[in-house]
Order: sequence, then C-alpha cells, then structure tokens
Amino acid sequence: MDFQLSDDQRALRRGLRDVLEGRFGRDALRAAVDAPRLDRELWRTLGDAGFFALCLPEDAGGVGLGLPAAVLAFEEAGRVLLPGPAVATFLAAGAVEGAAGGTVVVTAVAGPFVPWLDEADVVRGDAAGAVAVRSVDPLTPLHRVREGAPVPDEETPAVLLTAAEQLGSAARTAELAVQHAREREQFGGPVGRFQAVQHLCADMLVRAELARVAVYAAAVTGDPLEASGARLLADDAAVRNARDCLQVHGGMGFTWESDVHLHLKRAWVRAGLGGGAAGAEEALAAAL
Amino acid sequence: MDLTYTEEEEAFRAGLRGWLAEVLPKLPGKPSVDDWPGRRAYDTAWQRMLYDAGYGEVHWDASATRRLIFLEETEKAGAPYVGANFVGLLHAGPTIASEGSPEQRERWLPPVLRGDEVWCQGFSEPDAGSDLASLRTRAWRDGDDYVVSGSKIWTSHAEVADWCELLVRTTPVSAEVPKHRGITWLALPMDAVGITVRPLRTLAGSAEFAEVFLDEVRVPVGNRVGAENDGWRVTMVTLSFERGTAFVGEVVACRRLLGELARAARASGRWDDPVLRRGLGRLSAEFGALWRLTQWNVSEAQRTGGVPGVGGSVFKLRYSHARQELYDTAAQVLGPGALDLDEAWTRERLSSLSYTIAAGTSQIQRNIVAERILGLPKGR
Repeated sequence: MDFQLSDDQRALRRGLRDVLEGRFGRDALRAAVDAPRLDRELWRTLGDAGFFALCLPEDAGGVGLGLPAAVLAFEEAGRVLLPGPAVATFLAAGAVEGAAGGTVVVTAVAGPFVPWLDEADVVRGDAAGAVAVRSVDPLTPLHRVREGAPVPDEETPAVLLTAAEQLGSAARTAELAVQHAREREQFGGPVGRFQAVQHLCADMLVRAELARVAVYAAAVTGDPLEASGARLLADDAAVRNARDCLQVHGGMGFTWESDVHLHLKRAWVRAGLGGGAAGAEEALAAAL
Repeated sequence: MDLTYTEEEEAFRAGLRGWLAEVLPKLPGKPSVDDWPGRRAYDTAWQRMLYDAGYGEVHWDASATRRLIFLEETEKAGAPYVGANFVGLLHAGPTIASEGSPEQRERWLPPVLRGDEVWCQGFSEPDAGSDLASLRTRAWRDGDDYVVSGSKIWTSHAEVADWCELLVRTTPVSAEVPKHRGITWLALPMDAVGITVRPLRTLAGSAEFAEVFLDEVRVPVGNRVGAENDGWRVTMVTLSFERGTAFVGEVVACRRLLGELARAARASGRWDDPVLRRGLGRLSAEFGALWRLTQWNVSEAQRTGGVPGVGGSVFKLRYSHARQELYDTAAQVLGPGALDLDEAWTRERLSSLSYTIAAGTSQIQRNIVAERILGLPKGR
C-alpha cells in the first residue's frame, strides 16, 4: 500500500497546472466573466495537452491512464474555475468524434439541468424542450430540462470528476483565505493572527484534505458507493469553504470584483447537477 | 496511489487472522471498568499472549503498514486493545528505545513487551494542560538522587502502574532559560515513598484517571532518560512516534458501530425517519473517508520515515467531531433510551465528550494547523 501520489502523478498535476494557469489565469477568468462564451481555442489547447484523452486507450490516440489521473486533472480544472462542460466532453472522448481533441464540445443532461446547451456541438441525453434559466453562476449557462423529461443516473466517473472539481475549488478557496488573512492588516497587523480567523482557515484545510483522500481513494477503487460518499464530502467542502473564504475576505468578499463568489456560485451549480445529496445519503445508508 | 497490499503484508494479515480466530474464543470475560487490578491483569495477560505468539513488538514495527494491518484486524476480530499497556508500548517504551542507554533499554523494555510491567504518564499538571511546557513539578539534585515535588493530573492506570514516565522542571524558567529548556524526563517507580494517588471520577461516573501527588520523592539519577534539561526534546520523540496509526483501531470501531446503529434503527422503526437515515448515510461517508485518511497518513509516514505531516492534526480534528456526532445520532436512534445509563450507547456517549479535549483540544489543534501548516502568524 502506498496511498500517495506517484512521481508520474505529481508530474501530471504540475504539467496541467502550468497549462491551465498559463492559459486561463486570473485575467482570462475575469474576461470570461465579462463575456461568458466558450473559449474554443482554450478547449483545443487542452485537447492538444491530452486533457480530454487522458483515459482513452493509447491505441485510440489517448494517454491510456485511469480514473486517478483523471481526478487529478479535474482537480486542477476546479482550481482555476475552467468554464465549459469539461466533464461531459471528457466522458465523450472516444465515443464522440472530436471530443478527445477538444474540437467538438459535448454537454450532457445532468440532473434537472443542461449546462452550456447553446454553445455545445453535441448533447447527450434528452434536452428537447429545455428552457434557459438565468444561471446564478456567471460562468455556467444553464437550461432546465422540461417537466417530466427522463433524468439519467449519474455514472460513477461523472460523479467523481465533478467531485474532483469541487475538491480543487475547496483547496483553492482555502489558499485564497489564508493568503488574504496574511496580507490584510487591521488593528496594526495581519488579521490572520486572530484565532477566530485562524480557526476558519484551519477548518477549511480539514474539509479540503478529507475530501481529497475520499476522491482519490474512490478513483482508485472505482466503487460507486465510495464515489457517492466522496462527492458528498467534496460538495460540502467546496460550498462551505467558499462561504468561509468569503467571510475571511470581509467586505471585499461581497464584491463582484473578488473571485470568491465565482467559486461559491460554481460550487452551488456543481452540487446541483447530478443526483443530489439526498440520493447519495440514502444509497450509503441502505448499504449499512 | 496504490491501495493494494503486498504479498508479504497479506501473508501477515492472514497469519494474524488465523491466530486471532484460534485464541480469542478462549479469552476470559472482560473485567468491570472499575476493577483496576482486574483490568491490569486482563490487559497484561493479552500482551503476554501477543508476545508468545511473536506479536509482542508489533507496535514498534518499522513498517507502518504492518502496524495498520495489526490494529485493523485486531479491532475487526474484537480483540482487546492495548489498555493498561498503552503508555509502556506507545509512549514510554518508544522513548526509552530511542533515547535510553543500553542498560536502560535492557532494564525497561523486555518487561513491557512481556506484559510484566505497566507504565503510566506524568505529563499534564493542574496548571499545565494544553500548555504542557509550563509544567512546574520541581526536581533538584541531592547526591545520586533527584528529589521531586509537585502534582500530575489525568494519569491513567496510576493505581496499578509500576513506573511513571515523568516530566519535571530541573531548571527554573528565567530570561535566559525558556520554559521548554529546563525540563527533564525521569522514570519514577510508583512504589517510591512520598507518592499519593487520588482517583479522579469522570463525568461518565468511572474513575479513568488519577491525580498523582509527589512529596519529596527520591528518584535515582540513573532513571533519567536523555540529558538533564533535555526532556522536552526527548518527549517530542515519543509524541511523533505513533503519528499515523494512533487512531486506526478507533476508525475501524466507528465503522462497525455505525453498522450496529443502522441495525438498531431498522429494528426499532426509527429507520423510517429520512432525516435520521440520511444522517447515518453521511456518517458512513465521513468514516469511510477517515479510514482513507488513515491509509494516506500511514503511507506518508512510511515515505518520510515517521516525520509527522499535515495529516495528524487534520485527522484528529475531524475524527473527534465525527465520533461525537455518531453518539449524538445514536441518541436519536435510542429515543428515550438515550437517558438510560443501562444502555451502552448512553455510557459511551458520555465518554465520547472527551474526544475533542484529550490529547490536544480541537481549539489547540486548529491553532497548530493555522500556525504550522498554513503559516499564519502566531495567534492571539
């Protein structure tokens, strides 16, 4: 047993972080907020970097890695708030021509919603009659599926990749809070010297780290129940960490200019796509 | 990220399982919690059985994974925990093994491994809890002895221990000597003249700890482990020793308890309450993740050679909270039974109130995480 990242996994994570931060840094994020269109050039860059083809077999032109590598990749996507239906496109690689290379954008019905319906080239699931809603997340356009439309069960890889994005966001908001607590000065020193602030930050780290091991382990075992549990913890970590991060930022956290609300809104949206907490909790309880 | 065990590790697991299946049915019944001599005899007899079967040193195994497997399998099989051997096997023993002279190791370690001698811990004091380094029990040299006066608190097994790992102040705090620089580690024989042990009753009604009063107790200088005034460093060696595997058995136990709770809820009809049911589901996710965190920490300790990483405090914070939540959920399942001390769940719920306090309160753990891991400025 060696439940730590291998050297290859660390290298993969570092490489993807470099690509994502280089190509989708803070300026690009804020530009995307102002004009929420899918950046197809970015999508193709990711395709060229092998992002969508990580789990595709090598003889099919993929990288031939497993779910553990995929969750590391989506954790990085979650950190930078990468816009677009990345999970659906990733899972369509190999089945939908062009998805693996990032030239074709695939979305899918996810719970009661279809994200990015107008921008996607291919839609998986029954989105007929879906109606646009004014999405709470400026970086995720949403359609609601029509009343009575079949809601497909979320497959385990989709559960896990979304959980990985939530994990990335939770870890990032913990960092943002710590950074702000170190830099922001009040009463003659950094606010991070106050235990009330320190304890918020400590709890954020704890949530992110527990979600991390849950997501990683579920990716290794591929067990659907373990994936549901990981998703519960990751949803919780992303939403609550974003809330605490907002609190640590004080008044600045309440502004549009701050990035904190983007993490919170995306965390809400990700938690709302898919089966929801009740289904996961019931499934876990039934197995007791 | 590899969660599979090696062939050698699986062989160790299989051998242990076979042995446990053979010996556990022959164990005598557990003594009452208030029967201290009975508890000592039971716990040391178990250690002797482990010793005779070749598992006596398992807690000191260099492989954290083998320690993990041992704790997992013994808990799953319902075997006794270390009990009265706790300090000897997991605190004083490793300290002596690492810092003691060859003579000291020869004198003190074999009796611990054979279950012949029991140790207790004299660290905390009434005015030195979370702030352990401010301890005030004094020791001064008189010929070949130290003369020790002061008092210790929260000392488990003091009534039945042969030895106490004792932290004393040998140099007073001053402008030149900070509080953690004047401390010395001594092995105190519990039958020495001048020791008074007073049991402390916990809110659960049981006498789990004692206060130990020391009135000019003479301890031979040869009982000092490490150099004079170097006791703080000597102690830190101990405290980092069990990092990683400290709570393995308890996480396994919690997952079993959760299953029992679900069965009780199904039997009583409380299962029909979706709020309760979903709470149990969430706890299942929680303890599943805590088990993975244990494996993560053990793997990290294996890689770094035992240097504690982020995991220890993270684990302690989340685990202690989750375990209390487990008993609060048990109270919901029990309904009126939650007020009945004849229900084991009720008694354990009371005991669980210590989890967010013992071995560093959750507040101190958060300070540690904030300052040492997140690099925030020293708190105020």
